[in-house]
Amino acid sequence: MNLFRAEDIAIRFGGIRAVDAVSFDVQPGEVFSIIGPNGAGKTTIFNLISRIYTPTSGRLIFQDKDITNVPPHRIAGLGIARTFQNIELFANATLLQNLLIGRHCHSTVGVLSELVFTPVVRREELKHREKAEEVIAFLGLERYRDTLIANLPYGVRKVVELGRALCIEPKLLLLDEPSSGLNVEETEGMGFWIEDIKKDLGVTVIMVEHDMNLVRMVSDRVMALNYGKVIALGTPDEVQSHPEVVRAYIGGEA
Amino acid sequence: MRYLFKTDYRQDLTIWRHRGDLFWYGLLCIALLAIPFVLGEFYVGELGGVFIFAVAGVGMMLLAGYTGLISLGNAAFLGIGAYTNSILLAHGVPLLISLPASGLFTGLFGIAIGLPTLRMSGLYLAIATLAFGSIVGTVFQKWDAVTGGFDGFPVPEPYIFGIPIQSATGVYYLSLAVLVIVLWLSANLLRTPLGRAMVAIRDSEISAQSMGIHLARYKTFAFAISAFITGLAGALFAHYVRFLAPDAFDVLLSVQFVTIVFVGGLGSLHGVIYGALFVRLLPQFIAIIRDELPFGIGRMPGLEPSLFGLVLVLVILFEPGGIYGRWIKIKHWFQAYPLKRRSSFRRQKSYARSERLR
Repeated sequence: MNLFRAEDIAIRFGGIRAVDAVSFDVQPGEVFSIIGPNGAGKTTIFNLISRIYTPTSGRLIFQDKDITNVPPHRIAGLGIARTFQNIELFANATLLQNLLIGRHCHSTVGVLSELVFTPVVRREELKHREKAEEVIAFLGLERYRDTLIANLPYGVRKVVELGRALCIEPKLLLLDEPSSGLNVEETEGMGFWIEDIKKDLGVTVIMVEHDMNLVRMVSDRVMALNYGKVIALGTPDEVQSHPEVVRAYIGGEA
Repeated sequence: MRYLFKTDYRQDLTIWRHRGDLFWYGLLCIALLAIPFVLGEFYVGELGGVFIFAVAGVGMMLLAGYTGLISLGNAAFLGIGAYTNSILLAHGVPLLISLPASGLFTGLFGIAIGLPTLRMSGLYLAIATLAFGSIVGTVFQKWDAVTGGFDGFPVPEPYIFGIPIQSATGVYYLSLAVLVIVLWLSANLLRTPLGRAMVAIRDSEISAQSMGIHLARYKTFAFAISAFITGLAGALFAHYVRFLAPDAFDVLLSVQFVTIVFVGGLGSLHGVIYGALFVRLLPQFIAIIRDELPFGIGRMPGLEPSLFGLVLVLVILFEPGGIYGRWIKIKHWFQAYPLKRRSSFRRQKSYARSERLR
């Protein structure tokens, strides 16, 4: 049984076919990477899965449930979390508050009880807090707990965004270029975290990534895209030596 | 400098950071309760006005400071609250019912303005709310069967348990009570998922959505709670001015609310109080020094609005944290003395954000 399946998804922006009849499936517990040159449609696929875009055609299946028409704010509640290529944290809130916002989809209290802060709200807050602390401990972010995001260095913010996604307690985690803007060491650190997330937390990961070292380090399978079409799918080594992939990146006859 | 050693998650859920806070706020409360026995009626009345504007400022702060939605129509909410309260009182409804009722009624208007403006943000939202404000202002003028039109509407004297509260002292205590309740509700709001969702929408709508936050619902809620609180302030305002004139609730008043939020400090409830003090006391200050000013500046028309505008621009340029932000910096300077560094409050440059989707 697969955890997630995309069936012939396509989206057009005007005359541009950003994603064109792409099908793939993701098995539970694997790290599935999507690679491709700039503009190949990688991030667009993420935006389709997180329902920011609606596909022109095709279906998205998550845990045997059709999520093609689920509204975007319900996606997190289903267990799909994502990060963003250029970091979309809440910059004027502390790290802890950011992680607690990640807990939003698990909140069950009503407006009126929140206004008067009933004991139920207090209990739930403590539960959220405990989960956020678990994530902080998991990612080793203790020393930044009460720092404003705006005051954190870039590399740490990348990890915070990962943490915020983990607070959703996702079954499927979408990582949009986790290594972009990181140096070699930080990228390797990110790789270890992705492995930990897969092995210790049992979370399935779909990752868009340019850094082939990171892709080779963590991926079970890789899909290569070019101009919105799948050009190769297989193990990292198979895909990397695939003639179509080499042509897409380097150009010319290969 | 006080270092807080946290040993329990519950410490983060309290409104007070530590016992010292409780002590100082308690002292402030006692001082505020004692003021009418010490100061003259003029000062008590002015402070009552500060409280009323602080209540309205909280309404504005939740909307603009925490959810990031700028409204130039909050004076209309104030007006709706004021007229609702006065009309209900005139029909014999007791104040303890008419006060919350005018808040709730204004809250409905908040929802009504929130829903159609959901897709707007920034300047467009400001323009839409500005239009709303001027429509409501026109209704106040033209619907004289209900509002009395330009003849005005005398506000009936209200009673709580048989005690009349039209006097400056009565308004003072009533406004203080409402302000404390509103601050308590807002502080509660801000430490729950709801308040965090508002902050999330302010900082990044796209990722708020991916965290499971229903944008439309929370934006509408922000408008509703803002209108509710501003409506309460309006009901109090009616007793403060005692006579409602339709042209009192114009754009300049809305701009004053925006000024409260910006000058006080965006994103802090403390800032609302500082902002309200500034906005209410600046005109008094001008009145005092008016005759001392050279070249007849003091008698120039439009001196007050232009000073407000000037201060607003200067604050946005030089101290985006407002009065509260400056206070934090001063406090830090003393706490860290002599180790304060120039870079302590310098933020890192923000990096390119994701391309705006849609």
